[in-house]
Parts: sequence; structure tokens; C-alpha cells
Amino acid sequence: MDRFLTTIDRIGGVNLLPLAVALVAFFLIGVPSSWVTLTVAGLAMGMMIFLMASGLSLVFGLMDVLNFGHSAFVSFGAFVAASVLGWLAGWLGAESVVLNIAAIFLAFLAAIVFGLAAGWFFEAVIIKPVYHDHLRQILITVGALIVAEQMILAVWGGTPINVPRPNFLTGAVLLGDVAIEKYRVFAFLLGLVVYLALKFTLSRTRIGLLIRAGVENREMVEALGFRIDRLFVAVFMLGSALAALGGAMWAGYETLITPALGAEMMIVVFIVVIIGGLGSIEGTLLGAIMVGLVANYVGFLAPKLALASNMILMMAILLWRPNGLRPAVK
Amino acid sequence: MSLLTLNAMQTRIGQYAVLHDVTLEVPEGGVFVLLGRNGAGKTTTLRSVMGLWKPSPGSVSFRGTDLTGMHTADIARLGIAFVPEDMGIFGGLTVEENLVLATANGSFDTDSLARIWRLFPALEQFWTKAAWSLSGGQKQMLSVARAIIEPRELILIDEPTKGLAPSIIDAMAEAFREISVHTTLLLVEQNFEFARALGHQMAVIEDGRIAHTGSMADFAANKDLQASLLSLSA
Repeated sequence: MDRFLTTIDRIGGVNLLPLAVALVAFFLIGVPSSWVTLTVAGLAMGMMIFLMASGLSLVFGLMDVLNFGHSAFVSFGAFVAASVLGWLAGWLGAESVVLNIAAIFLAFLAAIVFGLAAGWFFEAVIIKPVYHDHLRQILITVGALIVAEQMILAVWGGTPINVPRPNFLTGAVLLGDVAIEKYRVFAFLLGLVVYLALKFTLSRTRIGLLIRAGVENREMVEALGFRIDRLFVAVFMLGSALAALGGAMWAGYETLITPALGAEMMIVVFIVVIIGGLGSIEGTLLGAIMVGLVANYVGFLAPKLALASNMILMMAILLWRPNGLRPAVK
Repeated sequence: MSLLTLNAMQTRIGQYAVLHDVTLEVPEGGVFVLLGRNGAGKTTTLRSVMGLWKPSPGSVSFRGTDLTGMHTADIARLGIAFVPEDMGIFGGLTVEENLVLATANGSFDTDSLARIWRLFPALEQFWTKAAWSLSGGQKQMLSVARAIIEPRELILIDEPTKGLAPSIIDAMAEAFREISVHTTLLLVEQNFEFARALGHQMAVIEDGRIAHTGSMADFAANKDLQASLLSLSA
């Protein structure tokens, strides 16, 4: 048994979990075309959830801040992007791929800029006064989430908003008898690019080194001569911008959004961060992919269990690994 | 002028007063050892100098610059390094990355690196390994190496021999002797033999107050004083 576990660790360890889940699902589903469709949907969903959750994981790991208001950035990102896409509906419907890309780029850019600004404001006004006090953090950030939801209601109204997709991302690509939705491939690829950029930043740059060190031991980073409080603000803004980008992509994926989006996503985002292990980008990606795949497979195989699948997955993983799949070293 | 001056320093942790009145002058050069029983306030003294706990009232000055109220990062940039009791190693980072973080601009000075590899050969051997995989002694070497990768004027070292094997302690003593030629060391230590072998000047802290200060040679010769202040057998 020990030799088997050592071999598993050597060839990838917990990173192989999504593959194992996909393999089991393949035999349970039995229809290859359905399995491919569900797997692509799960990967795309996982990547979008990764974007929403990665910032929260870093913020918790580095700053020890429990930010239940994090999903407000997801909501705002979705609504800001939806508005921009609405204004640029002409570009979205155009035959020109360049105009299509320009529209979606501007929508995502607007969401990111909004996320950065809102993150800066949120950290300065709401988070800073409650550093080192988890109970007050929970109370004030849950309050902030409610306020954010009401602000969205006031600005965008309570009616669900349609989010148009650009022409080049509508429809599906047919591979044999497998239909793969273009937007899902786009979401997966964009998520992958962001993950690789984050991974590069964290592992190859000095600022990334500081963030990783700060997640482990903030005090020692300061004793080496770095003002970690300034790094906190930058990481908080980055996390908020990623959440807003995730929200913007989610809006295009769902094509219909409501002000309750943030509250709905909050639970999923927290589950992903807990499953993955706090403060770890790799863990967050792994957790998000697991949640995406399991939600899609279970939704197909046992629809009545779909809502509970995330909770069951979290319980199973925490019983096995109480600190999550790939926690940052503390 | 002293390199470091603690003047009537008092430090509270929460509602508990740990340091009541610490007045101390650490001269430039050599090894200054701060001795004391468990809970006497040795670690709190070092952390207060580093700004990790804020002394109030009282003051700390370094080369005449008042450190009281300064941010820890700003204190470090004045040329003061800290080797904490738990070593403060970043386990998820490699040995190389731990050292890179301690450099001023992210690159190594060749001579400094050669010196570190000479003092602590194990660090070169495990250069690309994650720091969590090092042994306790190797982690202590890394912690000290991080403090000397850049030129410093003062290094605060908290119980560096705790839990280490005798052979590692000997290597550490050799390294400290060499480092102290150019850098002042303020060393907190429970291992009296280690402290006696290295120290030039010393002080004993008792219940948050300096109970004795003087030369290590005089203290080492006074068995009665050792017995009364440190409960060492006369």
C-alpha cells in the first residue's frame, strides 16, 4: 500500500484527482460524447470559479482576512461587464471578429478596473479597521455583501439582465457527434492564461516571492525589511480584480444574471478555497476544477444530488486532508 | 557611543507587563549575550528592539536614531537583522529563494554567497530544495545565512542552539565567531557554555529587569553570581 501511495505521489499525487474523477465518470456515464461535453463544461466552470476564488485564497492566506464580501466583486464584475456588453451590442453582433473581441475585451477590462478600484476602497474602508479580528471581519464583510447587493438592485434593478455573447463565441463546435460550446472553450483558455500568469508571477518574480513568503510568515517578511501592509493592499486589489473578471466571464456563460449572483457564488467560492487549501493558487485551481467536474457529472448522473455535490465533495476531502488538497506551507 | 541603547524600556503583551524596566547599552563589535531564566523577558527584549512588539514607555535607539514607534521593516533597513527563536524560515520557498528575499535588490553578491557556502556547506548542497525539507540544524543555518547575506551592523539572535545536535552547535559557534569580527551580535541564549565561549559582554535579565551587566569573563569567573541569577550550580 505504501509503495502504491509513493508511486502515486511521484507521478502527481493529488493533482491526479480530477483525472481520476473524470475516469470514474467516463465509466458511469457510458456515452463518450456526453462525457466529453460534461468534461469541457466542468473544466470551463472550474476555471471561472478559480478566477473568483484565487483572490480570496491569497487574501486569506496572506492577510488572514475572512472576506465574506468577496463575492460582491463577482457580482459587480458581472453587472459592469453586462452593461458594457449591452452598450457595445452593435460590435457584438457584427461579423467582424476584431469588433467582437474588442467588445469583450473592453467589457472584461471595465470589470477588472472596477474590481481594482472597489478592492482598494473595500480594503481601506472596511477591512483595515478589523485586521486581526475574525468575528468582526465576518460581520462587517457579510454586511458589505448585503449592501453591495442592494447597490446592484438600485443601479441595475431587480429584473434578471440578459448578457449578450459576441458572435464568434456563440454556438458550438462539432467534433464528430460531440458538441462543444465555444464560450466554454474560451472560458477555459482564458482561465488557463490567467492561472499561468499568476503562477509565473508567484514563482518567478520578487513580488510573487514576497507574497508566498508573506502567506507563510508575515512577521519575518517585515523583519527582512519589507512593508507587508502595502503588499496587502496590492494583493487585495488583485484578488478583487480577479473576482470581477471571473464574474464577467460567468455573466457571459450564464447569459442571464440577477443581483443574487454574488450570494449564490459565495458558497461555491468558499468551498473551493477550503478544498484547495488556504493561500495556495495551485490548490485553488485543483479545488475549482474538482468542483466544476463533480457538479457537471453529478448533475447528469443524479440530478437530485447536484445541489449537494459540492458539500459532499468538501466533506470527503476534509475528512481525508483537513488542511485541503494543496495548502500553502505554514 | 553605544551601538544600541535601551532606555527604561517597558513592553506589554496584551494586559501583561513583560518588560518592566530594561536599560541596556550594547557596544559596537563582538558578541553581547543576554542571559536569563525562562520567561525572564529575553525574547521580548529582542522583539521590542525589532519593533515586533512596541515598547511603551521607554525608548530604543540605534546609532542615535530613535527606533521607538518605527515600523519593523524600517528598523531592518537600518542594518539590523533578526534570527527568531523559531528560525522564521519560509518552508514553501527553496533555500535559494529564502536567501534571495533577504538581499537588497534580489541578486547575490558573489563574495557573500561564497562566504555563506563556506560557513554552511549544507546550504549549497540543498540550494534548490524546499526549506521545509531541511533538518533543524540546516534551518538554523539558513536563518543565520539570511541575516548575513547583506552587510548588517547588528544581528539579533534568539536561542540559536535550542534543540540542535552538539556538532551543529560547534559549527554555529565557529560561524558566530567569524561573523562577529565585522558585525555586532546580540545573542539571547540559555546554553551557558555556548554563551560563555562566544560572549564578550553580557547582561542578565530577571523578571523583565536587567539584574546584572558586565564582561562575560568576569561573570564566568563568579560562580556565586551565576548561581543566584541563573540557578547554575556553583
